[in-house]
Amino acid sequence: MSDATLPAAPAFKMTPGRWTLLGFVAFALLIVALVSTGTIRRGDFLYNVFADPFVSMVDLPDLLVQTLWEGLVAGVLYALIALGFVLIFKASGVFNFAQGIMVVFAALSLVGIYEILTLRLGFPPGFVAAILSLFGAIGVMFVLAVVVERVVLRPLVNQHEIIMLMATVGLTYFLIGFGEYVFGGNPKVMITSQLGLPTGSSTFNILGGRVSIQHLDVAAAVIATIMIAALAFFFQYTRIGRALRAVADSHKAALSVGISLNQIWVIVWFTAGIVALVTGIMWGARSDVSFALEIIALKALPVLIIGGFTSIPGAIIGGLIIGVGEKIGEFYWGPLFGGGIESWLAYIIALGVLMFRPQGLFGEKIIERI
Amino acid sequence: MFYREAGQFKTSYETDHATFPIRQDQIGIALILIAAVALPFVSSSFAMQTVMLPSLALVVAVIGLNILTGYTGLISLGSAGFMGVGAYACYKLTTLFPEVNILVWILCSGFFSAAIGVFFGLPSLRIKGLYLAVATLAAQFFLQWAFVRIPWLYNYNPSGAIEVPLRYLPFTEIAITGPTASLEVKYLVLLAFVVVLTWVGSNLMRGRIGRSFMAVRDMDIAAQLMGIRLLDAKLMAFAISSFYCGVSGALFVFIYLGGAEAGTEFSIRLSFLMLFAVIIGGLGSMIGSFLGAFFIVALPTILKFGAPAIGIAITGATAEKIVFMTIGALTIYLLIVEPHGLARLWQIAKQKLRAWPFPY
Amino acid sequence: MQSYADIAKGDVLLSVKDVSLSFGGVKAIQGVSFDIRKGEVRAIIGPNGAGKTSMLNVINGFYHPQAGEIMFKGIRRPKMKPYEAASGGIARTFQNVALFKGMTTLDNIMAGRSLKMNVGLFWQMLRFGPAEREEVIHRRRVEEIIDFLEIQAIRKTPVGKLPYGLQKRVELGRALAMEPELLLLDEPMAGMNLEEKEDMCRFILDVREQFGTTIALIEHDMGVVMDLSDRVVVLDYGRKIADGVPDVVKADKTVIDAYLGVAH
Repeated sequence: MSDATLPAAPAFKMTPGRWTLLGFVAFALLIVALVSTGTIRRGDFLYNVFADPFVSMVDLPDLLVQTLWEGLVAGVLYALIALGFVLIFKASGVFNFAQGIMVVFAALSLVGIYEILTLRLGFPPGFVAAILSLFGAIGVMFVLAVVVERVVLRPLVNQHEIIMLMATVGLTYFLIGFGEYVFGGNPKVMITSQLGLPTGSSTFNILGGRVSIQHLDVAAAVIATIMIAALAFFFQYTRIGRALRAVADSHKAALSVGISLNQIWVIVWFTAGIVALVTGIMWGARSDVSFALEIIALKALPVLIIGGFTSIPGAIIGGLIIGVGEKIGEFYWGPLFGGGIESWLAYIIALGVLMFRPQGLFGEKIIERI
Repeated sequence: MFYREAGQFKTSYETDHATFPIRQDQIGIALILIAAVALPFVSSSFAMQTVMLPSLALVVAVIGLNILTGYTGLISLGSAGFMGVGAYACYKLTTLFPEVNILVWILCSGFFSAAIGVFFGLPSLRIKGLYLAVATLAAQFFLQWAFVRIPWLYNYNPSGAIEVPLRYLPFTEIAITGPTASLEVKYLVLLAFVVVLTWVGSNLMRGRIGRSFMAVRDMDIAAQLMGIRLLDAKLMAFAISSFYCGVSGALFVFIYLGGAEAGTEFSIRLSFLMLFAVIIGGLGSMIGSFLGAFFIVALPTILKFGAPAIGIAITGATAEKIVFMTIGALTIYLLIVEPHGLARLWQIAKQKLRAWPFPY
Repeated sequence: MQSYADIAKGDVLLSVKDVSLSFGGVKAIQGVSFDIRKGEVRAIIGPNGAGKTSMLNVINGFYHPQAGEIMFKGIRRPKMKPYEAASGGIARTFQNVALFKGMTTLDNIMAGRSLKMNVGLFWQMLRFGPAEREEVIHRRRVEEIIDFLEIQAIRKTPVGKLPYGLQKRVELGRALAMEPELLLLDEPMAGMNLEEKEDMCRFILDVREQFGTTIALIEHDMGVVMDLSDRVVVLDYGRKIADGVPDVVKADKTVIDAYLGVAH
């Protein structure tokens, strides 16, 4: 074997991914051909599924833009929940099923503390009380992080990932019961305006139609971007961030160079708690604050599958894909199936991705060793 | 003193790997069975309706989930969905063919559930662990959606729920489903299903199939290199598990509930409860499935009705919250101190009994 | 003991021809060829990271090489699946014990008989008739292996609780339960003390003697390798650098360089 030969240009090879893409293109062409020749027409099932939604997208672009925007906003919120998962998974290898519940719990704490302050302690309602309860909620999330580290993580260190997952499912149940016990089970209203967040909406005339945008959604997108940038900075350039990355690579090695696992875990769970609080505020502002949000919070799981468990950009892009895909699917295809497909579409999209890339879009290829 | 196996020598492999190799165990199980059959004639009908019937119906599904999660190591968050498939399949079958006995259809509904289970188990070919857990959520939410949105499944009833018809034991006029069925009959039918399915499940898990499941769970790569086909084993586990879930769902709706809002019954919350029952009872243990199911069903009842009885004022709503907290906390606690759950405590008790009256 | 001359005349059971394997940019094996003859003890040695375990993984179908071919019993199988290798008669033990930790010794070895058991679901459910008969037949066979390896006392102990040396022995038992024609042993003596090593050597030789099994083993203990094996193949950085009877290999200049390092 001679090492001097130059590597030849890689030959063009049909990978499964390329075959799939080719299949989609061929199928689209086939549908176009069938429609233009009149083989399938309005009213046929095939037409309804494969042609009609695209026709209405082109005919009414303002509706498409509105749907896309709503999908993006929902996607940002999914991405934020997924971000909390990723933070914890990276640093402790724990798949934190309770992240979705932490979102509700954080929002509930915020509103609950505000109620206690204004109604029982006689604080004047308004910005000051809201900020005080915000600090209170941050405090609650810190206490939660410490307790979780002490009571759940420390005794379970080095257990199998499935055991850890089940422990966080247990935590989920505990937090639901605890949250309802302390703050009551009734849905609450988020203190949006008291916190100084914008309300109201603007309407734009574009593409021959009207698109309405909630100010709050814009604020959500901006705040989410700032927070993600801050986290990225924190991870990349601070001493604690470096320690976090070390722990993510190997617990034992990190321990051996004197990094305290317990401290890192508290920090990570606290960070995830703050992410949860921000998510909870954004989400609560768009609907009530109650544990009914739990079902929506589970949607972060398909987001993770698409993005991979360890990738922050993956969580963001996954969130956007799921958010947009779900809204478009529900709006254009949902009526064909009697509506409500939003409840499972995200999971099916994620399954579809898994079939082609078992490690998610951004995960590393798995090499099994023995 | 009483629980000693000394002096009981096994002279053949048959007796050595029998279900209950120790004579005291054989006597014990016989006594338990007799007690179980006699129970409805001595117990209050309240305890029967709120604890015994639902636990027996759920035991079957918990065994099913234990086969998948405890024995094969595949975590599933969709078991309630598979229970629902069983319930709706049974409803369709018995309304389409009312002349065939309901007991046959309850068993058959398990096969429908098994088929759906295999379908949703297919991704386990390529994904595992946490990814698979999320994939089973797809099954849960899709099935839940289907139960509500496909009116054909509930025969276009305006209530949108299964309306359990009156059905009889074969060759008799004794009602087993519907409003006129008596508690004792329902209980005994459930008990019969539970005993048979437990026996079958334990046979399966102790034979070649069970060993291949556990091999996949403990070290899938080694299992593969020993000639166990991963996909076959996993799909088989999904099929058996979903079969149990399906039968359980049919029993739950037809015999225990008697036609409540079935669409809301098989929610993700029930899936979680089943998972807790498996963990609390003991992963990979038949006896644990019983203990777990009874625990999950009995705890809310005890808190709701037991606490006021001993003088602790507690409202129903508060009790519910405390149930959530207790189950969650107990799951974490057991995972930390005793991953083998209540079943392990049972074994320890037997061990102590063996040494009694000496400490060791 | 067979002499080298006998072995050299024996039939080729397995041959590896120009096999190359890489993970992304890492070349684990590069153009390696060798053969294993019926009835011999064939050692694969080399420094850490030489590609020995990868070689075994290729042989039993767990990895698929990018180039080259593998012939087993005269049949060439391009993309053999692990269970095909197993049903063809290749058994295996692992470098880091890969037992089924939650199961008893007996169940572990019984699991090794999976391929030979074929009574269907129905009888299994009843555990009656054919299922019960099959269970007893195989139990008898497994008990022979348990006797052979002298592990009667730990029959019903969960293997996770056993000490390391015994775990290795149970793992050998599990592989033997498959009644393989070719037995691949990946560092069967790693982490053992002298006494345990001697036991294990005796078992390996007895296996060949009693069952006529062909054995390929990876081992770092040179004393063991030179005593046990009929022929040795040496890998270094994924390439074959020597192949032959122990005495020849021991004296080979490149082998010594590979193990001791060479001054450039």
